[in-house]
Amino acid sequence: MNDPSGTAAAHWRATLRLVTVCLGVWAGVALGCSVIFAEQLDAIELGGFRLGFWFAQQGSMVLFVLVVFFHAWGMNEIDRAFDVDED
Amino acid sequence: MDLSFLTLGVVGASLALYLFIAVRARALGTRDFYVAGGKVPALLNGMATAADWMSAASFISLAGVIAFGGFDASVYLVGWTGGYVLLAVLLAPYLRKCGTLTVPSFLGERYGSPAARALAVLCVLLVSGVYAAGQMHGVGIVFSRFLGVDLTTGVLLGMLVVMITAGVGGMKAVTYTQVAQYSVVVVAYTVPAAFLAFSLTGVPVPQLAFGAEVTAPGPGHGLYLLDALDTVLQDLGFAAYTRPGRSTLDLVAVVLALMVGTASLPHILVRFFTVPSVRDARRSVGWTLIFIALLYTTVPAVGAMARYTLTTTIQQGTIGDPQANLSYAARPDWFRHWERTGLLVVEDRNGDGRIQYYNDRDPIMQRRAEHLGWRGNELTRIDPDILVLATPEIAGLPDWVGALVAAGAVAAALSTASGLLMVMASALSHDLLKGVWFPALSDRAEIRAGRLATLGAVIGAGLLGLHPPGAVAEVVALAFGLSAATLFPALVFGVFAPSMNRQGIVAGMTVGLVFTVGYLLIFKGVVMAPLRENSAAHWLLGISPEGIGSVGMLLNTTVALVVARLTPSPPEALRRKVRDLRTPRAIGTPSTRWRGVP
Repeated sequence: MNDPSGTAAAHWRATLRLVTVCLGVWAGVALGCSVIFAEQLDAIELGGFRLGFWFAQQGSMVLFVLVVFFHAWGMNEIDRAFDVDED
Repeated sequence: MDLSFLTLGVVGASLALYLFIAVRARALGTRDFYVAGGKVPALLNGMATAADWMSAASFISLAGVIAFGGFDASVYLVGWTGGYVLLAVLLAPYLRKCGTLTVPSFLGERYGSPAARALAVLCVLLVSGVYAAGQMHGVGIVFSRFLGVDLTTGVLLGMLVVMITAGVGGMKAVTYTQVAQYSVVVVAYTVPAAFLAFSLTGVPVPQLAFGAEVTAPGPGHGLYLLDALDTVLQDLGFAAYTRPGRSTLDLVAVVLALMVGTASLPHILVRFFTVPSVRDARRSVGWTLIFIALLYTTVPAVGAMARYTLTTTIQQGTIGDPQANLSYAARPDWFRHWERTGLLVVEDRNGDGRIQYYNDRDPIMQRRAEHLGWRGNELTRIDPDILVLATPEIAGLPDWVGALVAAGAVAAALSTASGLLMVMASALSHDLLKGVWFPALSDRAEIRAGRLATLGAVIGAGLLGLHPPGAVAEVVALAFGLSAATLFPALVFGVFAPSMNRQGIVAGMTVGLVFTVGYLLIFKGVVMAPLRENSAAHWLLGISPEGIGSVGMLLNTTVALVVARLTPSPPEALRRKVRDLRTPRAIGTPSTRWRGVP
């Protein structure tokens, strides 16, 4: 492997950590809050919404947007830290 | 619907705008033709992708599907937006780094295998083909409904417009027309929704009105909209709006299949080949999702508001009070209007001159209705599609808003159709013709072939659109399962598993394809009569055909891993290629950041 300083491996480890965090939030929201635990969450009321229903029809989408931008920001930071960013 | 000159004028003007943009932004070279020169800014690409994504079905049908499906229909909202997280985190930036022009050529290059590339072409054509057939049919329906022409003329007109944008202009023209189409779509959808929200709750933001108190007079006055809806519906014997009805395992399988399918739809993936850099690809998925969410958070609000309005227009007060049911003679104008189209049908079964709308299959309600002298549900047909189309009339908006909605529906259908045709054409000209048959093809010849392929794809999709094999929504649902079960594992392994080889991927894709197509044929038929009844009792593990792509994906993954273990691992050159995908700039190469500094 042409990676004497181990930069590539370290960069990839950092990337995978970020990917795991993002996918964890994604699965928790998409499958957990919106489907599997929706009925339990419905016990909590937020204004005119029951929480499980709100996640399924509004909140999940808002959180997905946040996860995608967080990933973009985090990856740019990682790339810069390992000096492999595009500029 | 009557032919209205206003509608004709607004739709005509929007079509002229799209054609003008297409001709101005036409492609000059192969990179222009396939990936718009790779110069589309992240934000504009986000808009174009959102337009590419939101089809006539999203625009017209989704709110109606949610209005009548309640909680269970959330799977479409979560599934179709959650897929973009997978796309952003697992695929888009790495595929952009690779720099190939199409999805099959990425797979061909990554696995060093023309067979993988050819198999991917087959999957792309299948996925995009069934999807495009649904869109062309949608274009036909939209044109025929709004412009008063018949379905065939509608489909032909749609084919012509798409042919000019995609065929002449290539990806570059498609991109910039999609940006314009997105703007039309979002305005056309949110303006009537805001007015409806305001008239019902006094809050002009649909997303907030969704959780606000009903201020309009009626049985739900003073309650939160969703509580009012649950109460009104349950009183009439319907299922509660906000409670799940399907099994959790099935809901999980459907959400997963829709998400994974979304992340690997070729016409969406390829849009991220058009941005200038890896960083832009990451950001652009975020913009896409914002633009989609703008509409998709409005959709369920419109669904709930429309269902509430429909129900309380008919049942205006306490059940049992004869005055509380809508008198047929005094029905509102929008009611009359849609009755004329046959999409809303009322039948006065007990001859009392009033309309009763209730669930006559619910045993408790049945007994109660009998007692009241009701002779069954009298709203015998309500096409879910009319909920969105009737919103401007229900909210009492002027005619030009109706014309705007028509233009929005046309834009939604055209933008998706042109994106799909681009993908099919490039799979044919770039991957099959140049990649497999004539590697020596010149750039100019390739573009000419690409234009011809677009023409072929338009004609094919148009013919299928005229005679769709099954209902549009069903056909489109098929596309998600197929891409989840074939392309997704191959793409993700391509980035994350350097040891995955071509034997594994070809075997996995084949198994995923055969399994999913087989399951769909058994329960949906599509081209033949279904072999088994499409009901939960017959499904594998109780998973519906909509969710079976999840199982297909797991099978594909397992087979690929096993076969890869049993066959020789890929050569070092390919492994290095995978590692190169992971860093936007190669390790050890100088940065250009200090450019210009003395």
